[in-house]
Amino acid sequence: MLEELSKFQKPDSIGSVRTLSPIARREMRTGLSFISPWLFGFLAFTLLPMLATLIFSFLDLKITDGIFSAPKFAGFDNYVHLFQDPQAGINPATWFNSKTPGSLLITIKFALIALPIGTFFPLSLALLMNNKHLKGQFAFRTLFYMPYVVPFVASVFLWGGMLNSESGWVNRALEYLGVAHANLPQWANDVNWVYPTYVIMGIWGVGNSMLIMLASLQGVPTELYDAAKVDGASAWKILWNITFPMISPVIFYNLVLDIIGLFQYFLVPLVVNSGTGRPGGATMFYNLYLYKTFFTYQDMSYGSTLAWFLFVIILLITIILFSTSKYWVYYAGESKS
Amino acid sequence: MNKNIKNGVSALTVTTFVLGILVVFLSPFVFMVFTSLKPKEQISIVNAPIWPAAQPKYEYNGEQLDIFTVPLNQCAGFDPNSSASKSLALTKKGRQESTFIDPDDLAKGEFVCAVSWRALDRPWKLSLAWSNYAEVWEKIDFLRLISNTVFYAVVTMLGTVVSCILVAYGFARFRFPGRDTLFIILIATLFLPGAVTIIPTYSFWQKLGLVGTWYPLIIPHFFANAYNVFLFRQYFLTLPRELDESAMMDGAGPLRILWSLIIPQSYPVIIAVVVFHIVFAWNDYFGPLIYLSTAKDNWPISVALSTFNGIYGKQPQMIQAGSLMAIVLPVILFLIAQRFFVQGIVITGVEK
Repeated sequence: MLEELSKFQKPDSIGSVRTLSPIARREMRTGLSFISPWLFGFLAFTLLPMLATLIFSFLDLKITDGIFSAPKFAGFDNYVHLFQDPQAGINPATWFNSKTPGSLLITIKFALIALPIGTFFPLSLALLMNNKHLKGQFAFRTLFYMPYVVPFVASVFLWGGMLNSESGWVNRALEYLGVAHANLPQWANDVNWVYPTYVIMGIWGVGNSMLIMLASLQGVPTELYDAAKVDGASAWKILWNITFPMISPVIFYNLVLDIIGLFQYFLVPLVVNSGTGRPGGATMFYNLYLYKTFFTYQDMSYGSTLAWFLFVIILLITIILFSTSKYWVYYAGESKS
Repeated sequence: MNKNIKNGVSALTVTTFVLGILVVFLSPFVFMVFTSLKPKEQISIVNAPIWPAAQPKYEYNGEQLDIFTVPLNQCAGFDPNSSASKSLALTKKGRQESTFIDPDDLAKGEFVCAVSWRALDRPWKLSLAWSNYAEVWEKIDFLRLISNTVFYAVVTMLGTVVSCILVAYGFARFRFPGRDTLFIILIATLFLPGAVTIIPTYSFWQKLGLVGTWYPLIIPHFFANAYNVFLFRQYFLTLPRELDESAMMDGAGPLRILWSLIIPQSYPVIIAVVVFHIVFAWNDYFGPLIYLSTAKDNWPISVALSTFNGIYGKQPQMIQAGSLMAIVLPVILFLIAQRFFVQGIVITGVEK
């Protein structure tokens, strides 16, 4: 799928509508009517709302106005405000001279911590699962996957309990291992520990990525490994020169979805720290700020401006990732030109 | 070294290592079960055991006596050289001397031990507070939450399965101009941030007066989604076309072919989508939160659970009991249908 996307557009299966034979025309009508539920849904729930978001960002709208009242045109006011707003944190100049770092910087900072772990941890687990010496692979795979199906709120409460600074098992274990009581982390209530707290909660649901990577590892043809062994390649060389290139499409897919997810990160801070940005404003992520702007402060047009800006950032990052993919993502059956 | 032994040692090392990670990984589940069964009294006591336990009492002459672990060499009538301790019931508190009875040997009567009762430990005994579950069940009207959640899961599951099968069939079996472009657009919606559509969409439902009802959550599921369409399409593409074509020669229409040829061959992927969707709907939090937070009667489990911090701030056993009740169904469903889960993940994850 990514392959198709990275090539951007293949020529359509057949020519223009005008040159179609009557049979082909009938096939077209049938095909279009089958995909019509999606076509309608795409227009109604994706394309039109996207355009509306763009239009709202040039208006002055409050939620109480509704969408059918006479709109007030605001020009670029919202974008000017966005650029000056220290809480949004778009403008690097605002990063260091305000009380709290802006929400965009917070989001990027957290992504830089969470992204390597979110790639490395499932990959290591998948490699372990794929180890030929491991007994009971099926049971392990199932049990490592299980936390993924735990409802989000329940997992937040679970970890809230596990990481409770007094009664939580993690701090009890740390104390048992010799950490002084006064040095025990306050986890979600501590500016220095709140990101690790979120990361721990996140990697608990690692099962899905692990399984995708494992399936991809199992799809690497054994002849490649056999040939490398005949040539006397070391385990590390095999991992680096055969395994990684062969599973790079899946790592790439995981990376793209992770980055997109991290830029929209907000449910965890919303529930764990009640969406307040506590401790010390460190958890006011960009998307949380957007959510609050719309649902709490009821500012439709500024919320839309924040949303559209987020969309542009994510689009740019996705385009950059896809354009670099040809240098490091290997698709079998394609020459690496 | 013998090759078999060498393999055995490797197997043992690797398996033990992974088992160690797994134990840490799954410990939160044990924490949840333990905490959810703790009696209320245990919560506030510092240094209480991590497993559900109570400090037992002994009824004597109509009084509830606390039980303490007493070193017997301090007590009158016991061997002064004994190093044993015993659980005794305290009848009279004292700083220098306290009076006890032995619940196992009442005939002995009360006797004095030269200990301060304050310096003694009270023993803990396993005590499972099953009533926590009953209390949570009552308090949040769990039956109504379940029926709300099941309603949401089943109705949207039907919408998703039907619409995604139709759309995937259209993409997999018919040629028309623009098809491949449309398919790429469909896949691209996987990468679209939800934030860019939510404001107008929410405002639209609000204008229609439907915020607080299930409609904004249910209706969009009847218009297919990229993830499941992709899953179905990939599967349909692996089915041989010859059967379709001969059925078409016999005059079967496209719906007929879909119904009697394609669907009967596709049950593994249909089950995968059904299970995925039910787990998704059961766990969905954001949608119900924004559309239903003011309509308490319509709450699904996820939203009701999130209010627990407010209700049970100081009662972790209740919070964990509620969480446990919320995870039972998705976990069981996953364990039963894991084969289909794995298959679905492999199709979407690896083929992309």
